[in-house]
Parts: sequence; C-alpha cells; structure tokens
Amino acid sequence: MAAKKTTQKKTEKKSYELFDNTTQAFIYNRQVAATQRMLDFDYVSERETPSVAAIINPTGRDGMEKFFFGPKEILVPVYRSMAFAAKKHKNVDVLISFASFRSAPKSVEEAFEIKQLKTIVIIAEGIPERRMKELIVKAKKLDRVIIGPATVGGIQAGAFKIGNTAGTIDNIIECKLHRAGSVGFVSKSGGLSNEAYNIISRNTDGLYEGIAIGGDMYPGSTLMDHLMRYEKNPKVKMIVCLGEVGGMDEYNIVEALEKKKIKKPLVIWVTGTCAKAFTTDVQFGHAGAKAGGDAETADAKNKALKKAGAVVPNSFDDYAQKIASTYKKLVKDGTIKPKPSPESLTIPMDYAKAMKEGMIRKPASFISTISDERGEELYYGNMPISTVFKRDIGLGGVLSILWFKKLMPRYATKFIENVLMVVADHGPAVSGAHNTIVATRAGKDMISSLVSGLLCIGPRFGGAIDGAAQMFSSAYDRGLTPQEFINEMKVKGINIQGIGHRVKSIHNPDMRVTVIKNYAKKNFKKTPLLDYALEVEKLTTSKRDNLILNVDGCIGICFADMLRMEFPKETADEYINMGALNGLFVLGRSIGFMGHHLDQKRMKQGMYRHPWDDILYLKE
Amino acid sequence: MAQKAIREADGKRMMSRLLTDYTGGKFPLKNRYVTIGPDTDMKKLTTKHKWLLKEKLVVKPDQLIKRRGKSNLLLLNVDWKEAEKWIKARMNKEMTVGKTTGILNYFIVEPFLPHEQKDEYYFAITSVLEGDMVFFYHEGGVDVGDIDAKAVKMLIPVGEMPTSADFEKKLLGKAPKDRKKLLADFFEGMYKFYADLNFAYLEINPVVVVGKDVYPLDLAAKLDDTAGYMCGKKWQNIEFPSPFGRIRTPEEEYIDMLDTKTGSSLKLTVLNPEGRIWTMVAGGGASVIYADTITDLGFMDEMANYGEYSGNPNEEFTYLYAKTILDLMTKKPNKKGKYLIVGGGIANFTDVAKTFTGIIRALREYSDKLKKQNVKIYVRRGGPNYATGLKNIGALKEELGLDIEVYGPETHMTNIVSMALKKGGK
Repeated sequence: MAAKKTTQKKTEKKSYELFDNTTQAFIYNRQVAATQRMLDFDYVSERETPSVAAIINPTGRDGMEKFFFGPKEILVPVYRSMAFAAKKHKNVDVLISFASFRSAPKSVEEAFEIKQLKTIVIIAEGIPERRMKELIVKAKKLDRVIIGPATVGGIQAGAFKIGNTAGTIDNIIECKLHRAGSVGFVSKSGGLSNEAYNIISRNTDGLYEGIAIGGDMYPGSTLMDHLMRYEKNPKVKMIVCLGEVGGMDEYNIVEALEKKKIKKPLVIWVTGTCAKAFTTDVQFGHAGAKAGGDAETADAKNKALKKAGAVVPNSFDDYAQKIASTYKKLVKDGTIKPKPSPESLTIPMDYAKAMKEGMIRKPASFISTISDERGEELYYGNMPISTVFKRDIGLGGVLSILWFKKLMPRYATKFIENVLMVVADHGPAVSGAHNTIVATRAGKDMISSLVSGLLCIGPRFGGAIDGAAQMFSSAYDRGLTPQEFINEMKVKGINIQGIGHRVKSIHNPDMRVTVIKNYAKKNFKKTPLLDYALEVEKLTTSKRDNLILNVDGCIGICFADMLRMEFPKETADEYINMGALNGLFVLGRSIGFMGHHLDQKRMKQGMYRHPWDDILYLKE
Repeated sequence: MAQKAIREADGKRMMSRLLTDYTGGKFPLKNRYVTIGPDTDMKKLTTKHKWLLKEKLVVKPDQLIKRRGKSNLLLLNVDWKEAEKWIKARMNKEMTVGKTTGILNYFIVEPFLPHEQKDEYYFAITSVLEGDMVFFYHEGGVDVGDIDAKAVKMLIPVGEMPTSADFEKKLLGKAPKDRKKLLADFFEGMYKFYADLNFAYLEINPVVVVGKDVYPLDLAAKLDDTAGYMCGKKWQNIEFPSPFGRIRTPEEEYIDMLDTKTGSSLKLTVLNPEGRIWTMVAGGGASVIYADTITDLGFMDEMANYGEYSGNPNEEFTYLYAKTILDLMTKKPNKKGKYLIVGGGIANFTDVAKTFTGIIRALREYSDKLKKQNVKIYVRRGGPNYATGLKNIGALKEELGLDIEVYGPETHMTNIVSMALKKGGK
C-alpha cells in the first residue's frame, strides 16, 4: 500500500487509555468475518488506518488477505510468527487472540514476550482456571492488560472495536457507536453489552467505551479495573455497569465508592436476583455466575452498592430510566454538553446479503440440474442421499439419475450395472491398459496412469459402442432391410461399427455378448434394434465366421433399445449423440485401468523400455 | 464449563489411585470405596469386594449433600447385611434435606475406621484469585463450626509449590508435636495432587490419623471441568452429578436431550407448572434478567419456568423448544389467564427472522389452546432481521386471533414484563 498522509496522529496514550483512533491490532488465527467487521467499523468511524495491522496465522503461510475498507479493497498481511509481525509493525499494541481454549494460553505467553503488545484480548471460553491465574499474575508483573477470556471484547466508540463486539454494522450505527459519547460501560456478559449500548444510545449522548470482561471465574481484568480507568479518564462523564451473581468483584466497587475512589456517577445493576426462586444451586450461563454464599447473591450486592452511593435501580426494568435521569443531571449541571451527532458513512451492502434480501439480481454464469449439495443433505436429482440408500437404488440408479436425470426402473439400472461389469477390463494387452501400465512403470501417479489409458479410447478402441448404436438405429429408422443396410455401407466403404471380432466367431461366441443379449431378451419389453442387428449378423456371418455382433455393438444397440423404452425417441437419440454410451465404456474400463495401475505398483515393476529388436529402424 | 462438584467416592478413589505418585510412595490408600447406584447389582458386589463381608462399614448417600450426619443420613459401624438393608430402604426414595427435596439413589460404602475425636483434623484447599488458600484446624469433624473464623490459613501464591516444612511452619502450629511432620508430608502431597489434577476445591473433614496412616474420612471436592482436555486421563470416567434435589421432569429431560443434539444451547427448568408467567427468552444473559425482573416485580411465585435458547438454533430445534413450553403452559387452564414472554436482547449475529419461524410454527399449532386459555403473548427482540421477524410473529394476531403484542429495540428489554404483569395485577 502506498503511504498516505494521515491527519489522525498517534499520541502518547495515558495509562487509563487502551485504545484510540490510531490503535492497530493483530488478529491471532485467521478470522475473516471478525476482521471484516472491525474494518467496517473503522470505515464508518472515519478512521484513516485500518484497525487490523496484520493477521497471525500460526498454521498457515505468510501472505496477504483481501478485505473491504468501505467500498475499496485493501490487503492485510498474514504472518505465521507473532514476533516477526511485531517487528514489521512496531506501532501495534493490541493482540486479539481467537485461539481455541487449548492454544489461547500459548498465544498469550507469546504476546508476553513481545513488549509492544500492551493489551491482550482472549476470546476463547473454557481456559482452565489454574492456567488463567498464572497468566493473570504474569500479566500484572509485565504491566499488560488482559481482556477476557470468554468474551466478545469491547469497543471504544468511533475509535476501535474488538472483533465481533456490537454485532452487525446496522446495529453499530443505530447505537451510534461510530462516534464517541460520554458514558463508560463495563459488564461481564458480551451478549448483554450489546443491549446496554442500545440503552445507552437511547438515553444519553452515547457510549465512550464499553468492555465485556467475560463470564469466567478469574477474568484477566475485572469490573473494577475498567471502572478505575473510566474514573481517571476525563472524557468519561458517567459510568454504567452490569454486575452478576457470584464472586466478590462488586464489593471492591462498594469499597471504592465508600473511599471516594470512584466519584463519577455510577449506575449499576447486578443480575441474578431470580436465584432465590430456585431451591437448589443453579449454574447460570457464565462459569462465575453462581452464588457461593449470601454475600455473593445479587440482592446483597445491589443493596451494598446502593448503600455506598451507586445509582441502583429496583430492577433491570428501570435501569434505562436511572441512566437517563443520571445523564440529565449531568447535562443540567453542565458536566456534559451534548453535541449534534454526525451522520455516519454507509457501508455498501455485501453482495451476498443484498442477494439474500432480494434487492439485486444477476444472471447466473452456470446452470446445474443434476445434484445439489447446498442444503442439509446432498441431493441426486430430486432424491436425498439417505433415500438413495434407503431405496437401495444401486450404482445403476445413481448413474441413471446423474446421467439421464431420472431414476429408471430396476431392469434398466441393473442393465447399466451389467454393462459396467462387462466392460470393466479386457486384459493387459489392449491399447488403453497397455498405456496405463507403461505410464505406471514410468513412475506416474494413479490419475496420470489412468488418463494415459483413457486417452486411447476412441474410434478404434472402445468407441464402437456409440458408433454401433448410431449406425444401427439410423438404418432401422430409415426402414432399410438388413441387406440394404449392408449394401449401403459397402458402397460407402465403411465398416459397420459393432460387427466383427479378431478371434471370436459364430462357433466360438463371446460370452460377454451372450450375457448382454440374454439379459435384454429376458428383461426388456421389446428389443427391435437388437432383433434388427441379429438379422444383420446372420447375413454378415454367412460371409465370414468372425463378422459377429461384437460386445461393443451389442451393448450400444441394447442400450439404445432401453433408452427408447424409457424416453421419447428424440431424447434417446440425443443422449446417444452426446456420447453417453461412450461414457459407459470410459467409466467401466476405468475400473480395469486402475486395477492395472495398482497391480504394477504392487509388484514394484520398474521402468519399461521397449526393446530395440522389436522396433524396425529405417533410414530414408 | 465451570467448577463442578464430584462424588465423594470418585474423589477418594482418585486419591487411592494417584496420591502415592505425588508423595514418593508415601500414604498408600487402599481402594476400599464402593459406589452403589440405582443400577448396581448388590448381589454381585460382595464377590467383587470381599472386604465388604469382613469389615465393619460406613454408609452415606453420595449426592453432594452437605451435613449428612445431621440429617440422619449416616450409618456407622455396621456389617454388610445391615448396610444393605439400610440402602435398600432408602434407594430411589424421596428425601427432604433442609429445604431441598430429592431422590436418594447414590451411596458410598467404605470400611469403618475406629478412632478417637483427638485424631480428627480439618483440612481444605480452595481456589482464590491470588492462588490457593489452604485451611487447617486442629480439631475436625461435624461440629467444627465456623471454619472461616477459626482455621489457620495459608495462601499458596500462583505458581508456587510449598514444601512439607512450609506447611509445618505456617499451618500446623496447633497440631500435636508428634504428628506435625506426618500431617505436613500429607498436605504437601495433597496440594500437589490438588494442583496437578486441577481441583478448584477439596475439603477433607475430618482427616484422621491412626498410627502412621492418614485417612480421608469425609471428602467433598470440585474439579475445574475446563481442564478435562489435560487431566481427562487421570480423572478417568469422572461424573459431574447434578446437585441433590433436582428431579428432572420429562419435559426438562427432553430439552436436555435436544440440547446435546445441537451445537446451540437449549435450557429449561420448570419452577412451578401452575405458574401463570412463562418465558421463552433468547440468550443466557438476557434470560436471567427476564427472570430477575419477574422476581423483582414481586411475581416470583407466578414464574413458571426458567430457560433460554441461544447460539442460533435452527428452525426445527426452535420449534421443538417452543412446542415443549407451549404444551406445558396449556396443560391446565387458569381462570386468571396466563402470560407468555417471548423475550430477548439485541442479537449479535443470530438471524431473528429465522429463529422466529420455529416459534411461529409452534404458536400456530397451539393457537386454539392459547386462545381458549386466555394466553397473552408479549414479544421483544432486536438484532439482524428483527423487523421481518417481528412482523411475521405479529401477523399471527390478524391471522389466528392470538392476543399478541410485539416490540423491538426501541422498547426497553424487560418492559414487556411490566406490561404483562401490570395487566395481570397482583
């Protein structure tokens, strides 16, 4: 990125400030959505620099990742190593760790080693308490601030947003979080902090900063830690707090109020007053939310806070009113001078969202009609994969749906399977198998060897299935007698596809042909094309023994008969013209080719070199 | 995910299995702790644990019940026949301990240990922010009294591992001279055991010394279950039983089952099936506040349930959850009418319109019953797509004639509670 003149200058931060509108962070673990949300916030807050300097992805590779910054796209660097990233970005002082509960402590220890990382946010829930206490002690020694674990993070309005705090961009603008107000907020719960920002925006000049410390028993920083920062920060005029049943943190607040360490107006409510409605211990959502004794109950805490001078509502129901009345008092006595709120910039709507809401449309570049993997279950055609197995439609059924877009009756799908079985292999000598073997022995992988064999399939090898189906059906449709058909081909000088075999003859029939022929005769309602072909065969074999209907011809012709029973003639012909029958051979024979590949590998066959004496070298 | 209590027998078995590893082979403890649960075959026990027939025994319920001795739930110095009879008389029976009523169904049986009162000591470790606090009192047993005030305390700062001499110096001033070394060695090992296995709380009262042996007579402990991924192997098949007294209704068990099937969270506790105020609230934090507000406005006795759904459950699960609640609340009509609070804060990323489709489906199914029983429905929610969600659920008023009022983020989160309750009157 080209260097840009900035007007937002980085100034020396006061001890009570964690963020400002030049603060940049590292995101630990590749969190694309959260990163984009931070950048969207940056844009509506009119930050000049993105708040994410880089992503640390310990399991990935160094590189760049594209993100939106308003309507434009920017590149955010990705590093494997946090230490390396820190060297590259000396101004970064916040680490937001999205590591799992297993690896989060390690990411924090790593950040401890890097002096510039003053604030460390831990998102993960479920870090063992003993481990967390060690981190807390170490952070104190090294003068670092930890926010979390088990938190969404926090936000400094108009300046810096941690990860997913405050939800969608619509909500951020609705709660006026894109510009600073005068209220400092801290709570344990991340979910409720969102609600609190809504309350604060409706009843005051807006939020200055909000932190969710997380619901664990031992949070890295406490309600009290953040309250003291707000107390010291002259930009914070009033403080709003949401406590919780369990733990003794709120009594530190009571003490601070009594000792006048907190002098700013403090509106606070401790949730969990309903605990008395339960006759046994109830563990609410948060690990720390459990009263261990009378003093830890919400009622006791609310009472003590009220006595010490905090503004405590009678229930959460008049929390908003208490915030409003406290704010009005501050406006009245001149502590707060309300400023008009600037219009926010708007983030262009994401394509995906606009599409979902039906606001835009666009012609699709691709169409697909045979399967759909987007839902909860994979579909082949109209059939969910579970039904495929429940109805046991077999490989033939699956092929029928995916190739011909309908589940044909069992006689037909069984026929498809028979064809695949019959063509699966024909020994190592045929050109395709030979090529596969040679490629395998040249050290190539499965796919290369397979493809090397498949590329031989064409008019001379395997391709006769299509040709036979086309020739015979065309002749039959034009009403040619078998003899007329043979004459026509003779005149044109074309061999009839599907007729003739190198070794098999009328006296030495090909069992593969017998199998296919018998199945069709037995299971098809009618076989007009096959009957026609057999008449042709009678004539050709009378000339020469080996001019029999061969396996390719038999398959092609029977398949055409079958398609014509299941589809209108035009559709059936179209499938044949598209090469569907050829596909049957490719699919079936792939089984054999892969077999040959594995066979050669298994026997560790070395490089094949064709012997000189088998090649006739000629010089012109 | 938090500190979870374990059964006494599990804690003691863990000691007998592992304590010697932390004490260089000292303090071997025979595994003579048998758990008898509702499915235990009592006949087979005596062949597996022959000592049951030879020793005098102690029997206690093992269900996280405090002060068992004072509630007559302690049987001492009996033979197997008597123990068996005692257990059979109580197994699967309802029992009230203090204010809590529950079913007895787990018992611990162990050898009776003859000793004198002067051999009993109090010992506990509990997790605090600064590290771990160890408590010792030179007199133990049921009548130990206010331990917070009496006991000698010793803070072990985070990361430190005190020696036997440290324990002797800081904790055992009042212990008998000839036992100081023994107890200090035992405590050193116990602390290592506690720390390495991620206990958050461990109380042995009393610890009993007989000769050169130290026994945990009565043990209560909590593990930090988040450490399961590190300690699971050492914990073995540990179970975290729910506290005594929670008899789960079939509906609650059904929701528990749904909860385990989804990555989302579905919770239900029925407090009073006759109550007139039912809640169906999204979000762990918000649900507590709704319950608080009902309590704070003086309607604790009318609050029928506590529960929450969160983590973006899909339509099917939301439907089944809503259906369960609607079914419960329409089981028995109440002349004074009933209230259903469909509440929630401003969702971060949950698609409100989507989750509401499940609730709407359930409301449709129960609309006749709801109308007949005068159920007034209040809805409040915000977040992604909330406007569509609210519009859809509000449309049921016209379509089905349900008595339903709908509010968005412009209305304070819990205001629908006071709206409902003001109309409900005291």
